[in-house]
Amino acid sequence: MATTTLNPAAPAVRSGLYEWLTTTDHKKIGIMYLINSILFFVMGGILALIVRAELAQPGMQFVSESFYNQAFTMHASFMLFLFVIPILAGFGNYVVPLQIGAPDMAFPRINALSFWLLPLGGALMASGFFVSGGAAASGWTEYPPLSGAQFNGTGTDLWIMGLTLIGTSSILGSINFLVTIFKMRAPGMTLFRMPILVWTVLVTSVLVLMATPVLTSALVMLFIDRNYGGHFFDPANGGSAVLYQNVFWFYSHPAVYIMILPAMGIVSEILPVFSRKPLFGYKAFVFATVGIGALGFSVWAHHMFTTGSVFLPFFSLMTFLIAVPTGVKMFNWIATLWRGKLSFDTPLLYATGFLTMFLIGGINGAFSAAVPVDFAIHDTYWVVAHIHYVLFGGSVFAIFGGIYYWFPKMTGRMLGEGLGKIQFVIMFIGFNLTFFPMHQLGLAGMPRRIADYASSTGWSELNLAATIGGFVIAFSLLPFFWNVLVSLRNGKIAGDDPWGANTLEWATSSPPPPYNFDHLPEIRSERPVFDARHGRTSAH
Amino acid sequence: MTADATSLTTQAETQTEAHAVEAHGSGGIGNPVLGMLLFIASEVMFFAGLFAAYFTIRANFIDIDGVRRWPPLAYDALLQPFRLFTDSGQLNLIVPATIILILSSVTCQLGVNAIKRGDRTGFLRNFAVTLVLGGTFLLMQAYDYSVLINEGLTMGATTFGTTYFTMTGFHGAHVFGGVLMLGVVAYRGMAGQFSAKHHDMVEATSLYWHFVDIVWIVLFSVIYLLPLLSRKGAL
Repeated sequence: MATTTLNPAAPAVRSGLYEWLTTTDHKKIGIMYLINSILFFVMGGILALIVRAELAQPGMQFVSESFYNQAFTMHASFMLFLFVIPILAGFGNYVVPLQIGAPDMAFPRINALSFWLLPLGGALMASGFFVSGGAAASGWTEYPPLSGAQFNGTGTDLWIMGLTLIGTSSILGSINFLVTIFKMRAPGMTLFRMPILVWTVLVTSVLVLMATPVLTSALVMLFIDRNYGGHFFDPANGGSAVLYQNVFWFYSHPAVYIMILPAMGIVSEILPVFSRKPLFGYKAFVFATVGIGALGFSVWAHHMFTTGSVFLPFFSLMTFLIAVPTGVKMFNWIATLWRGKLSFDTPLLYATGFLTMFLIGGINGAFSAAVPVDFAIHDTYWVVAHIHYVLFGGSVFAIFGGIYYWFPKMTGRMLGEGLGKIQFVIMFIGFNLTFFPMHQLGLAGMPRRIADYASSTGWSELNLAATIGGFVIAFSLLPFFWNVLVSLRNGKIAGDDPWGANTLEWATSSPPPPYNFDHLPEIRSERPVFDARHGRTSAH
Repeated sequence: MTADATSLTTQAETQTEAHAVEAHGSGGIGNPVLGMLLFIASEVMFFAGLFAAYFTIRANFIDIDGVRRWPPLAYDALLQPFRLFTDSGQLNLIVPATIILILSSVTCQLGVNAIKRGDRTGFLRNFAVTLVLGGTFLLMQAYDYSVLINEGLTMGATTFGTTYFTMTGFHGAHVFGGVLMLGVVAYRGMAGQFSAKHHDMVEATSLYWHFVDIVWIVLFSVIYLLPLLSRKGAL
């Protein structure tokens, strides 16, 4: 199986625009997910730079307060709903059918629908910038009463409509993943031989399926309150503002696992390949993933400790408990690296970046679960530091690792290693320069979501450092885009399996032909390609 | 399909084998049916969010006279399910509408049973009846809405009005979606696309229809029957 007869320059890349717009091929849809997500990553990044530029020193220099509010609201909305969640779904789309030896997703046309709802929802959301009153500006959480009709214009309605479409896209995608994983696996691909990425996508899909509709219900109630005279969240008329927070976080806390589990899956694909060892404790890892998913539904109110209307000990305890399966994973990853034959190619660099930065994010997260600590740091920059260590230091590093790892499979060409390493180093430095000072800012009492602060607060230096870091991160993307452009034309030809990898996507040509496989190797373990390479094709 | 070669009996067309064709690996439940079950799971969570809001608001509601009461006294007479006329003499169709929706679930299932036997006429006839019953439910709901709004129960009239119209409204939207699905399936059925072996879409549609029916039964019980109980006991 090492070589396949198919020409790497198969129609997958060369087909015309019409073919891309109408495709139901999971690989093309997966690539469109990636491109669309990176587009929103750039837009969200520009908004972040606006926020950072404004905060660099006391006083208002660049934008108005009202635009500042729109900028941080839309930054978070783009990054969470239109970058991290969909780009991970994009990796799932591209990789999961290949890894389980399936010809495509279970419902290819619904798959295309899931994708096309994203640019549509994103455009709706972003169009808020062009209506009077501007885009949504109450923070990505859109708490009432601040998000009520008396304070916000059409931009918030567009935000609600856009997010509803994006949620629908996620729900349809999760159904597709679940049916694909349960029904489309190749002969021999038992559940406990599935690659870890497939497991994480499976658990993530369950979370999406169960949590996202609850967000939809919160959004329609908010929309009704704003537009049809409803009173769901209006305490003056018998409603409850905390109700919104409960319903919203019932989605949005599991959502952080939706944003991290597939990233953990990517890292768990990369580490064994680049340390030339099997993943340490495969089954423990699977159960830890399921454990995180299950516990993820019982911690939402830790975002609401200071409302005074939630049962603190329960939600605090459950939040601490999540550190247990997460710790199991951390142990597995380190044990996988331990005494491995490490080759520090770019994907492994990003994976180790993930391990170290996510560890910090995890520790300061568990720290925040302690009720007294939370009361002190609630709504300060500490929380901003935490979420970025988890979602940037965690998810984004894993995403770039995934891009470097699977780019050869998607395009048939390698990304340049030199530029990749340069990008990693700059991004790693910029990331820590941006977000580490935010811990101190939070402890010093700087609230999140403020456009200005007094110079007497003593926050100026740390803010300036964070702003410089933000621009360093932005700069680190230049070598990346240059790398992609150059490598698409002149990159080293990848061949079927440039990394000496373990899983089935490397058993077909790069890029794979339509319907993926001419011929599948025998699947006797969770590393079928490794088995085939080393001649271990008999059962044992 | 290798195992099926051995079972060339007269019962080769039982429904257990009907799904084995499409599956890539194993047999069992068909992809569209599994997909629909998962979709229904997500819909359950959507309505769960609305019910959570309903019960939260209900638990905290204080009527205009300062008494804890649900529904508000002003709309109490309107929401008596077993009175055929309101105080102003208009028809109250909520119980007939409920009966019609439950009946439509029965006819829908009869249609599925028919196509499993290979009886296309029976399947089409039952699905047509289901479609008509579903449409009738929607018309009756529209009429009911007009009565309630005339009597002053609107979206903005207390949190009861908000929850009432949101929940029954989203249920109505789901019935409408179900009617569209029934229409598509009936149209495809007329083109002869379903048989005793191939009817996953029929089954998936019927599952959705039953789900919509069950949501209504829960809604009806919570909105109309539960207040009857609490009125009998302590307020």
